[in-house]
Amino acid sequence: MDVLYFAWVRERIGVPKERVETGAATVADLVEELRAREPRYAAAFADLSALRVAVDQELADFDAGLAGVREVAFFPPMTGG
Amino acid sequence: MQVRVQQEAFDLGVEAAGFAAAQSDMGAVVTFTGIVRDGAEGGMVAMEIEHYPGMTQKALEEIAAQAVRRWDLGDALVIHRYGRLGRDEMIMMVATAARHRRAAFEAAEFLMDYLKSRAPFWKKEIAADGAEWVAAKDEDEDALSRW
Repeated sequence: MDVLYFAWVRERIGVPKERVETGAATVADLVEELRAREPRYAAAFADLSALRVAVDQELADFDAGLAGVREVAFFPPMTGG
Repeated sequence: MQVRVQQEAFDLGVEAAGFAAAQSDMGAVVTFTGIVRDGAEGGMVAMEIEHYPGMTQKALEEIAAQAVRRWDLGDALVIHRYGRLGRDEMIMMVATAARHRRAAFEAAEFLMDYLKSRAPFWKKEIAADGAEWVAAKDEDEDALSRW
């Protein structure tokens, strides 16, 4: 699936988007896999309360399932308006 | 209902007048405009607005559709810019049309509250000596609970 990062999450990880091959069942499982990769991921995902997630371009929770999902995005709380 | 996500500036007068003129039997039109202000205590030179292209349009349309249904609006307009904006530039606007003013005001406030924390935009303040992401405020999240 495609994993996208925005705002400071993108800056901390260093890429806006990447292709991830994963068998993770939920967003939380995917986060665990990413954290284990490299320190920059561990740093970006250190505090999940500071992060929001969208699954296939809809806001979701960290326990959302990933079956059939094409795109997951991680970002800080939004500051529109 | 119209939602536009764009980099270029918009003309508030033209948009507001066009929106109002297109209504019929609507007794009230409310517009709100958000403008770049210096949140960096005098040092801000610009604001950079990032968004999530695949999601933004859809998220805004859902928020606007909710407002139209809930307040039985004649119409709603949302324009939100992204990219680099200078101080005092207009960031976004909403317009609502309803038969009575209370619905038009409330729907505009609802749109603003939801745009703040449910539309995928992120603001970064650029100062001469560095840049900083604008943090979401608890009060913005709390504002949703009144709806």
